[in-house]
Amino acid sequence: MEKFEKLSGIAAPMPLVNIDTDMIIPKVFLKSIARTGFGKNLFDEMRYNRDGTEIEDFVLNKPAYREAQILVAGDNFGCGSSREHAPWALADFGIKAVVSTSFADIFYNNCFKNGILPIVLPQEAVDVLMQDAEKGANARMDIDLEAQTVTTSDGESFAFEVDAFKKHCLMNGLDDIDLTLEKAAAIDTFEAAAAQARPWV
Amino acid sequence: MSPKTLYDKIWDAHVAHEADDGTCLLYIDRHLVHEVTSPQAFEGLRLTGRSVRAPDKTIAVPDHNVPTTLDRAKGIENEESRIQVEALDKNAKDFGVHYYPVSDVRQGIVHIVGPEQGWTLPGMTVVCGDSHTATHGAFGALAHGIGTSEVEHVLATQTLIQSKSKNMKVEITGKLKPGVTAKDITLAVIGETGTAGGTGYVIEYCGEAIRDLSMEGRMTVCNMAIEGGARAGLIAPDETTYAYVKGRPHAPKGAQWEAALNWWKTLYTDEDAVFDKVVTLKAEDIEPVVTWGTSPEDVLPITGVVPDPASFKGGKVDAAKRALEYMGLTAGQKLTDIQIDTVFIGSCTNGRIEDLRAAAAILKGKKIKDGMRAMIVPGSGLVRAQAEEEGLADIFKEAGFEWRLAGCSMCLAMNPDQLAEGERCAATSNRNFEGRQGYKGRTHLVSPAMAAAAAITGHLTDVREMM
Ligand code: SF4
Repeated sequence: MEKFEKLSGIAAPMPLVNIDTDMIIPKVFLKSIARTGFGKNLFDEMRYNRDGTEIEDFVLNKPAYREAQILVAGDNFGCGSSREHAPWALADFGIKAVVSTSFADIFYNNCFKNGILPIVLPQEAVDVLMQDAEKGANARMDIDLEAQTVTTSDGESFAFEVDAFKKHCLMNGLDDIDLTLEKAAAIDTFEAAAAQARPWV
Repeated sequence: MSPKTLYDKIWDAHVAHEADDGTCLLYIDRHLVHEVTSPQAFEGLRLTGRSVRAPDKTIAVPDHNVPTTLDRAKGIENEESRIQVEALDKNAKDFGVHYYPVSDVRQGIVHIVGPEQGWTLPGMTVVCGDSHTATHGAFGALAHGIGTSEVEHVLATQTLIQSKSKNMKVEITGKLKPGVTAKDITLAVIGETGTAGGTGYVIEYCGEAIRDLSMEGRMTVCNMAIEGGARAGLIAPDETTYAYVKGRPHAPKGAQWEAALNWWKTLYTDEDAVFDKVVTLKAEDIEPVVTWGTSPEDVLPITGVVPDPASFKGGKVDAAKRALEYMGLTAGQKLTDIQIDTVFIGSCTNGRIEDLRAAAAILKGKKIKDGMRAMIVPGSGLVRAQAEEEGLADIFKEAGFEWRLAGCSMCLAMNPDQLAEGERCAATSNRNFEGRQGYKGRTHLVSPAMAAAAAITGHLTDVREMM
């Protein structure tokens, strides 16, 4: 997995609340058995007309945001289906961080497995960042994972919380399975004890 | 010992390792697998030369993509869907996990097959690459959806890296009124808490109205815990639970049954245990409900009117405007005036035998409205067989419903069962998102009885008028 330390990028504003994973990547694109190539269909129904032409008003189609690496989004981003295709599509498009007041649980976890940093901030902070994002390509937002801060183009800075373990894995690009297999002995011990205690499982 | 919640007890019984920062490796008792979210995970195992750690605790079944038409034995037309199902066939075989292929009568929606076969038991940890894994919480099992990277992690290690959620109690006091069902309870709760109200929590549902529910009803309630944002929903096991589980193919037998029962009886929230959040609803206050918008929190009693977006706050104002435009509705319109052209009864929310009985009770001796497209998709091959035996299938067919084979079908419309642009559906599934049932399709979530009533009248209908 790619490491995430610092990011300076264009942020796209998506103030809509409850953006669900069906919007992020509609199910017609879930039929692939690969992990890559979903970026072109990110937000497909909001982004393209049925004939495949782009919908001009959609934020990521506007010249200022085509290279966006950050999304500033409304409440409860990523709700709905557990599909990891959602973060795959975001990552494939080039999004590396999403800021919102809240994220759906499974989506939040899925982000970390794919090098994307989801940042939870209070409403007032998200409002300021949303305004900053509205300035477009002239304004770059800075994210420092080590320091746990997001900084607007005007230099206003907000601190965010992140689980220490998830931060460690993201900063070092670590693979979860490798880390867990280092604890194989603990799993063996647990499994043996559980088989005694609950043999019907 | 300090008092514990049900969630605390199941959690504590499954921690295989705890790091200094509190991050835990949670041992997983049952891993359910379907064709859409697993191919990349199995591929990951192959690429790294890893195997499935506990194939005997891993159960796979194709459901999302499978055709539900009666001619499905001739194969899946859509090439990509076929490739996914074939990939699952192969992965199940190569890695030696339990498997119910499309041709097996026990095949069905993964969350219906698990409990039906006795794979889901009280006190277990259950995961699946599917958000509605919450369904299994009805047994007092800690069950939740995971992403594909986590599917691979569980396949390889039989554990999940987790930090503990907070405890939330949702209590439904008193008795439900006639015509009000488990589906109305679960929608009413989401209407109350919002779709993010449960974020960061595991919900325990309790109270008289929950205790009174059958296992089918409890599964309906827990199924939609995820729509309320919770990691999982739980209901403490009791006699209803044991009676449902007993005798199922993979349930414990003999002395093992007794041992299991002894442990299951300890699975309840201790009297003085503290919840971080409590929501209480009176069962008598719950009406048959429908959704008017494009989020499961957009819930109103069927007697209500379409709300004015200006009546909301913050980002919800724009979301409501967008929802009304998408749904083709105007503020102030009576919900019972909303005309529908499609009815879908099925899904892991409402595709069990009791749901079909509820629909049949309304449909008996009646015909659906002219021009209505109506389908019933049983949740599993066994539910289908039972409905045929009970004569329900005849009632559906005589009423004008299509009587399908088991699968997810129009719940998410990955197979050919889809809404066309602008079509409006009364659905017993769990998501009314934009495009969920087909591009620009419009979904109103309801209970099976309400869906049946709407099929007859051609508009959203208060089922109590037909009882
Ligand atoms: S029935 Fe619907 S919600 Fe349930 S597993 Fe299938 S697609 Fe998901």
